[in-house]
Amino acid sequence: MIKTIVSEGLPVDERLIIQKNIIQGKKKGDKRICIVTGTHGDELEGQYVCFELNRLLNENLQHLKGSVEIYPALNPLGIDSVKRGIPTFDLDMNRIFPGEEGGHLIEHIVYQITEDLKGADMVIDIHASNIFLREMPQVRISVEMAEKLVPYAQMLNIDFIWVHDAATVLQSTLSHSLNIQNTPTLVVEMGIGMRITRKYGDRLIEGIFNMMYQMDMWDGPIVDKVTDPEVSTNGEVCFLNADASGIILPNVSHSVNVKKGDLLCKIVDPLEGKVLQEINSPVDGTVFTLRTYPVVYEGSLVARIFSAKNCKQL
Amino acid sequence: MREEIIFQMKSPYRDDFKIRSFRFGEGKKTIAIVGSLRGDEIQQQFICSQLVKNLIELEKNGCILPGHEIMVIPSANHFSMNINKRFWAMDNTDINRMFPGYEKGETTQRIASAIFESVKDYKYGIQLASYYIPGQFIPHVRMMDTGYQSTNIAKRFGLPYIFIREPKPYDTTVLNYNWQVFGTQAFSIFSGDTSNINKDTAKITWISILRFLHKSKIINLPMHEGFISKTISDSDTITVKSDEAGILYALNGAGDEVKEGDLLAKILDPFTGATRSQILSPVKGTIFFAHQKPLIHQNSVLFKIIVPKN
Repeated sequence: MIKTIVSEGLPVDERLIIQKNIIQGKKKGDKRICIVTGTHGDELEGQYVCFELNRLLNENLQHLKGSVEIYPALNPLGIDSVKRGIPTFDLDMNRIFPGEEGGHLIEHIVYQITEDLKGADMVIDIHASNIFLREMPQVRISVEMAEKLVPYAQMLNIDFIWVHDAATVLQSTLSHSLNIQNTPTLVVEMGIGMRITRKYGDRLIEGIFNMMYQMDMWDGPIVDKVTDPEVSTNGEVCFLNADASGIILPNVSHSVNVKKGDLLCKIVDPLEGKVLQEINSPVDGTVFTLRTYPVVYEGSLVARIFSAKNCKQL
Repeated sequence: MREEIIFQMKSPYRDDFKIRSFRFGEGKKTIAIVGSLRGDEIQQQFICSQLVKNLIELEKNGCILPGHEIMVIPSANHFSMNINKRFWAMDNTDINRMFPGYEKGETTQRIASAIFESVKDYKYGIQLASYYIPGQFIPHVRMMDTGYQSTNIAKRFGLPYIFIREPKPYDTTVLNYNWQVFGTQAFSIFSGDTSNINKDTAKITWISILRFLHKSKIINLPMHEGFISKTISDSDTITVKSDEAGILYALNGAGDEVKEGDLLAKILDPFTGATRSQILSPVKGTIFFAHQKPLIHQNSVLFKIIVPKN
């Protein structure tokens, strides 16, 4: 059943509409899982997950106990116009949660979304990095929510769980706003902006069915075994940033294991044919984030490596 | 005047990106003034350029009092300004959401770090800021309620209003907030406009900053007293929102005095010109903020009206 949760007039002959699809199982159950994506209009990996999950659930409703609600586009104007943010609005949508009932249009919309999601037994908020960086399938959880949420993240068939300090600014995200209101919410990051990586999507869908099985919402087939993800608290995350501006030429693939000293990439100057910087791995570890957009400025993030050992500065 | 480059970065193919500071007087780090951090803050850049022009003249005439250093950074994002972008040219991040910055972080974190290192030890800090909703304000001083703010010092600007607001989580990364937390008396000045130069409100703003410098005994430039500033907060204003979308036909703007029931604006059907909604003032008061774009979405902030208290 399609339900419209937001409908606001746009200046000329159009409405800003946010919808969800409520898929009700044939078995009785009160539990509700929400799949949310499209907060950033350039992150499209969740589109495939929504489509495929929708299809598989509707073909197997006899196995579903409770409901799955799919929200494919929290920022429909951004998705349909190839914009990360909300066109005509300055602030990042994922920095103004939980919104304000009496606030400006977008703050009001964010409030309505929050109210609609509140009370779910689980919310999975799917992101896809940005147009610059490719991410290994991972779940990100703030330190204070780790004890409660890591066991759920481990059900999702992803490769990595990043438990991070919660900067104050992240208190305005969808996930934080819901988690502090006792609506458990997991943030999935995977793939890259403006593209769909079907193998990542298929893995996450298997993970979602596994989670529903564990939550007693699904009695249909599931994969024999999901991945056993690395958890960042067992090691350290190293950030590698460019020290030169130029064009980046990678020497390694994404998601590979590297040794300390391995050449990760070169930053080059095509005008003069010079190598401006060689970036080597400071540790043994796994490249879970890798820049794929070739143009870099000084400071641009090039890679993130998870190392089970101590991380040293470059 | 001493001109200095506080941050320099090469670009793959563009000219080098340089942030310049202009220092006047010698002595304690007394006041730092920061102009445009976003590429569309043309009014803010213009005001800073006029301040630099005035300070060159004041320094030449010996009007900067001994023991004080004044620093002005007119522009910190001309890489975006030169290509008509509001946020950072490469990745669309907002420098004013990156403070206090990180010198080993991403590009805009490095820019914010360099700016903050330059301005953080000053006694007073002024940022010429812009609002996240397009519109026009009565020029005013804006401060966050961090517990460190001083409205008495803010009165030295002689602007009509001092607006105190509760910081939201995303405010913790803006320059003003970090200035205050690190011990600088910080003021954001909203000068009315952003992407257009309004000569009248620009002049009110740079004169108010010169008045602040004089009243703080940093320069010697006697001038008229300005306004007796009134301190207000969100609870002193009424927000008027659009109940329809369409073409905004505004009949009142920032600074106008209105009575309850006055017609503030009409929202017109963009095809037929018919009036979809008449926006009436719910109160007697002064329009503090007025939406400025000709198209309006439903449920958007049209006006903020200051309601006088008895």
